[in-house]
Amino acid sequence: MINTNEIMDTIHMIDQQHLDVRTITMGISLLDCADANADTACRKIYDKICRKAEHLVRTGCDIEREFGIPIVHKRISVTPIALVAGASEAEDYVPFAAALDRAAQTCGVNFIGGFSALVQKGFTPGDRRLIAAIPEALATTELVCSSVNVGSTKAGINMDAVAQMGQTIKKCAELTKERGGFGCAKLVVFCNAVEDNPFMAGAFHGVGEGDCVINVGVSGPGVVYHALQSVKGRPFDDVAETIKKTAFRITRMGQLVAQEASRRLDVPFGIVDLSLAPTPAVGDSVARILEEMGLEVCGTHGTTAALALLNDAVKKGGVMASSHVGGLSGAFIPVSEDEGMIAAARSGALQLDKLEVMTCVCSVGLDMIAVPGDTSAETISAIIADETAIGMVNTKTTAVRIIPAPGKQVGDTVEFGGLLGSAPVMPVHSFSSEAFVHRGGRIPAPMQSLKN
Amino acid sequence: MTRAIVTVLGKDRVGIMSFACTLLAQHNINILDISQTILQDYFTMVMLVDATGCDLPFAELATLLENQGKTRDLAIHIQREDLFNAMHRI
Repeated sequence: MINTNEIMDTIHMIDQQHLDVRTITMGISLLDCADANADTACRKIYDKICRKAEHLVRTGCDIEREFGIPIVHKRISVTPIALVAGASEAEDYVPFAAALDRAAQTCGVNFIGGFSALVQKGFTPGDRRLIAAIPEALATTELVCSSVNVGSTKAGINMDAVAQMGQTIKKCAELTKERGGFGCAKLVVFCNAVEDNPFMAGAFHGVGEGDCVINVGVSGPGVVYHALQSVKGRPFDDVAETIKKTAFRITRMGQLVAQEASRRLDVPFGIVDLSLAPTPAVGDSVARILEEMGLEVCGTHGTTAALALLNDAVKKGGVMASSHVGGLSGAFIPVSEDEGMIAAARSGALQLDKLEVMTCVCSVGLDMIAVPGDTSAETISAIIADETAIGMVNTKTTAVRIIPAPGKQVGDTVEFGGLLGSAPVMPVHSFSSEAFVHRGGRIPAPMQSLKN
Repeated sequence: MTRAIVTVLGKDRVGIMSFACTLLAQHNINILDISQTILQDYFTMVMLVDATGCDLPFAELATLLENQGKTRDLAIHIQREDLFNAMHRI
């Protein structure tokens, strides 16, 4: 029998350190739902999703109960809708979002991702219509998440798309102003978006994927934080080793859940995403891990180095524990969803500029950041351009999920509730980037793209 | 064979082991191994069981044990053994 201490370790991880599987996400291809008639396409989309994901939530709950591991979310990602809807004669793509929303409600999942377009090099008419529909789609649906890929290492940055996304984000905030600009929390602007990401709001089912696949996203900042308390004051070598060992165990659990879900649903297993995803609960924070390494507050000097170590050690520990690793895989730093980040931002220690630097060394990017409601669309576009450039040059995924909170000023707080938490409004630079954003065109792909 | 780990945690008092074992026996669950200690007045018992012949679906059994445990201020969990093997063995 397994040693009692090991068993109790696992029980404590789950009961006291918030260990959970963050999400089981079923990726479903909708390429075969394209139709010249938009109503027919929407019906095919609804039917296919409901057919494939019929047992997803129930299976997730069964696994949760049998293994005693909380599985926080059961979700669905689909083929970028711009590709599917592009085949139709429809001008307005909002009904496609409504079809996704209905399907998600029927299946009982809590988010569906894929109201998306990939425009890193240029727009098709379908891409343009989809982007135009995003604000209304996110305001009139509850569970639909949207993402737009505006740059990649291979293609460079589509600055026309960057300019347009600034406007789109402003419009999203405006249409959902009575909920603090909630629509923006469901919209991600990417560089180097991945095709198998199980995490929302940026999940979509890439065209290189099969018909249906199960991807799992693990979590566990609380477990890493707790483990680090046993190496207080010791050199970084010990810190890295401790994180690796912990990440290994967390990932093995994720792999087990992924295989079990794949077997029971008779759907191929895709990947495990090795991400430390925080929640607003006390004791489940990535910021507190960085502080445990010796920083007074997350955001002070040393934060980037601490995050780099954490991100790398999580991957090294996790990669051996899973047969296929993918998705975003790294530490997330969503401000509103992390209790320690919220506290650091409130105290003024954590600024937007520092967050941007931190995204150079960790998974994803400027995530769940609230800025004043009067921030201009051009400033938001310029923030997106900076973040996209980091991703493009460093051959990594970066993203922006930013909320220009309507009517709010620096010092105010926007409450989203639940796992989306609450975001202290952070200041942006007051100097204009207007002329820069209005140039349009494309920023050419960097030398890093020429690897052949 | 459906092997599972049952853990029973709570403040020590008379009859905990008998309570837990009776509960398992009522549902035709065979105990394969038991380890039990008292840590700072806390009763900690870990059992390896075979739930193949159990008269309830596993998820229902888990809920039942949890609820029955609560009536005596005990935290009783049952989890499939695979979880612990995955997390602690290469």
